[in-house]
Amino acid sequence: MHSDAFDRYHHKHSFIHRLDPRIKMVITIAFIVSNALLPDGAWIAFALAWLFVLAANAFSQLGIGFTFHRSFIAFPFALAAITVLFSIPGKPVTSFQFLMWNFTITDAGLLRFVSIVIRSWLSVQMAILLVAVTEFPKIIHALTHLRVPAIITMIISFLYRYLFVLTNEVVRLLRARQARSAASAGQKSGGSLQWRARIAGHMAGQLFLRSYERSDRIYNAMLSRGYKGELMTIHPHHYHASDWLICALSLLGMIIMQLTGRL
Amino acid sequence: MEIMECAGDIIKVSDLHFAYPDEHVALRGVSFNLCEGDKVALVGPNGAGKSTLMLQLNGILDGRGGIEIGGMRLSRDNLPVIRAMVGLVFQNPDDQLFSPTVFEDVAFGPLHMGLPEAEVYTRVDSALEAVRMSSYRDRLSHHLSVGEKKRIAIATVLSMNPKILILDEPSAGLDPRARRTLINLLRDLPITMLISTHDMRMVQELFPRTIVMDDGRIVADGMTQEILEDETFLNEHGLEKP
Amino acid sequence: MLYSPAPLHIPDGFLSFIVSAICWAISAMVLSVAISRTNKSLGEKQVPLMGVMAAFIFAAQMINFPVAGGTSGHLLGGALAAIVLGPWPAMVVMTAVIAVQSLLFQDGGLLVMGATILNMGLITSVIGYGLYRAVFGRSRRVKLVVAGFAAWLSVMAGALATALQLWLSGTSNLQTVTLTMLGVHALIGIGEALITVAALTFILQTRPGLIGEGSAAARGGRGWALAGIALSLMVVLLSPFASANPDGLERVATDLGFINRGQSAVYNILPDYTLPILGQTPLSTIMAGVIGMLVVLAFALLAGRSLQKKS
Repeated sequence: MHSDAFDRYHHKHSFIHRLDPRIKMVITIAFIVSNALLPDGAWIAFALAWLFVLAANAFSQLGIGFTFHRSFIAFPFALAAITVLFSIPGKPVTSFQFLMWNFTITDAGLLRFVSIVIRSWLSVQMAILLVAVTEFPKIIHALTHLRVPAIITMIISFLYRYLFVLTNEVVRLLRARQARSAASAGQKSGGSLQWRARIAGHMAGQLFLRSYERSDRIYNAMLSRGYKGELMTIHPHHYHASDWLICALSLLGMIIMQLTGRL
Repeated sequence: MEIMECAGDIIKVSDLHFAYPDEHVALRGVSFNLCEGDKVALVGPNGAGKSTLMLQLNGILDGRGGIEIGGMRLSRDNLPVIRAMVGLVFQNPDDQLFSPTVFEDVAFGPLHMGLPEAEVYTRVDSALEAVRMSSYRDRLSHHLSVGEKKRIAIATVLSMNPKILILDEPSAGLDPRARRTLINLLRDLPITMLISTHDMRMVQELFPRTIVMDDGRIVADGMTQEILEDETFLNEHGLEKP
Repeated sequence: MLYSPAPLHIPDGFLSFIVSAICWAISAMVLSVAISRTNKSLGEKQVPLMGVMAAFIFAAQMINFPVAGGTSGHLLGGALAAIVLGPWPAMVVMTAVIAVQSLLFQDGGLLVMGATILNMGLITSVIGYGLYRAVFGRSRRVKLVVAGFAAWLSVMAGALATALQLWLSGTSNLQTVTLTMLGVHALIGIGEALITVAALTFILQTRPGLIGEGSAAARGGRGWALAGIALSLMVVLLSPFASANPDGLERVATDLGFINRGQSAVYNILPDYTLPILGQTPLSTIMAGVIGMLVVLAFALLAGRSLQKKS
């Protein structure tokens, strides 16, 4: 497994990359909130929001279709909203038979379903772009500045640092299990469900203990460099005029979307 | 050339005893002195107490006996000062580098010493330069190779301007090229050093003085040349002539 | 294989703004208590320990095993984290895991994260630790059985909470989403239970002191047992209502103004909108009833003992 398996950052020299991470985070969250506040069927507003996404893609030099190609990750969850097609009262659009039921899709149901899916699709793209144009350690800095409690950002820091190390250990454990999962020709192999779960559980237990011991060693390393219980950090981020300008423009855009959506 | 018995202006350990909570006795009366400019190798079989001894020197483990660092007696109250003086680098660089970026890791030491931000930046830059890795400043720690991590790990303690560098198995797990880079670096660093290692060729190349430990005791402390001549002695204590 | 979304990570857009905001408020309040309690119980070592544990939970979620027909079970980890770390630290750790999953992998949305934290991090901790705490003084076998049950129930609770949030947001039909969520997670929960028990067995055999009575994780008081049991009962009682008799819940919710107007007339327009496969008595009602009996029985047994014990 390559060390950048968990990296989502794509390095470019665009002005969006150079924006302060706090601003980028605020704009992303504001965009998602704005989407959530747009009423069902606000097609023009949705279109404006999509233009916003495309513009952000283009300006970050990642290619205008960058987030589009990655945006279908949450589509399976759309199934959760499918029932809404049939359950909101309104004019029937179409009917069909499935087994012994009669399903009728109403126009109100269709409107809501499509709106939910579009909102979700737009929001996830902004989230994808955020981590593509901002290195994750900078995102952690942004969280700290945005008043997320220090203990949580610290844990996120460690999580990020050791994610690759630990998943490597898991891969090794999985491979060791695979190497010992032989089968004799003509015989059913694999063991019972219970046995398989027990092996998985032992792997989890092993991983837990190794992690626990590792955290002890890390603690010693921290002590050796002067840690006394309070973690201190440096956050070398300074706002520039361009940050405020982009922020203002983006928020203005969202206000326009909101107004358009309610016309 | 003779090595004069030095007065111990950097490290002075007198009759140190230590047993772990599970009653395993790790140190049985260890005494030695280290002076400014010394480059000393600490060798011995696994379980001899080398790592335990190192953890005593910056107060992480608490033994019975006397430890003086830079003339200061080690005690609970002056641990922060001691820890700034003793630059301890652990064996596994993944334990030493615990921040997301190289910069944050190298800055950790000076930051927690309470230095002002501007000074922290300066320290980071000079530490990275000392290990010849200035271009790694903004890299993500988990992207680095083992050899790169080991050198950054040294930078993380150099930024505290310690009086002595103590390394636990620095060349373990390195391929020949990374090992050569590390050896060259250690040769050029103008700082007092105590290195625990199994790499006898490195000992021969870099360290004029060797301390041999076995079973919690120091069994030899003298010129590397002489100690490495005595093959019987080496074998007795689980070592091999390079 | 490396990382794939799981059914409890709700994406942005599927919960209404109001529901998201309320869940954020609840999660924020509980977390602030969790943070201050964690500061007191774990001391200086907490940050590296919790950090590595968070990475552990994340990585452990990759350990899977084939269950049946191409699906695989894997660990959610909330209950296990609560048992080994203590309930408050577990909440903080799970929050960090959920945050990274959402931010870095877009597994779960940002605005809806309050709900995800509530479902996967907070509720699972309460049930996981609470039920385990209720059998603290008992034999290892009893502890493991209860831990397994707690793990299963915690997953079901998370699923139920998710279903309710989707319903209250006007995204899903209550009965369908509850049955689907509970049905799917009843299976996933079995995996959770098995792995949790196996992991705990391993840890208790090799380093019992870590999570034994004297450890830092054990300092939660009896109140946890009561909270865990209470929450479990809520899950058990709500599930049949939501899945078999949703009208009552719908009426209550409409009266209280929770539901968007588009949803309330469901059962008038489509009277035969039930799930005929299950016949007159939906499977979930039976299941819920059996669980309910077990929980009540357990409660009766344990309450008698543990409330008499000194904490």
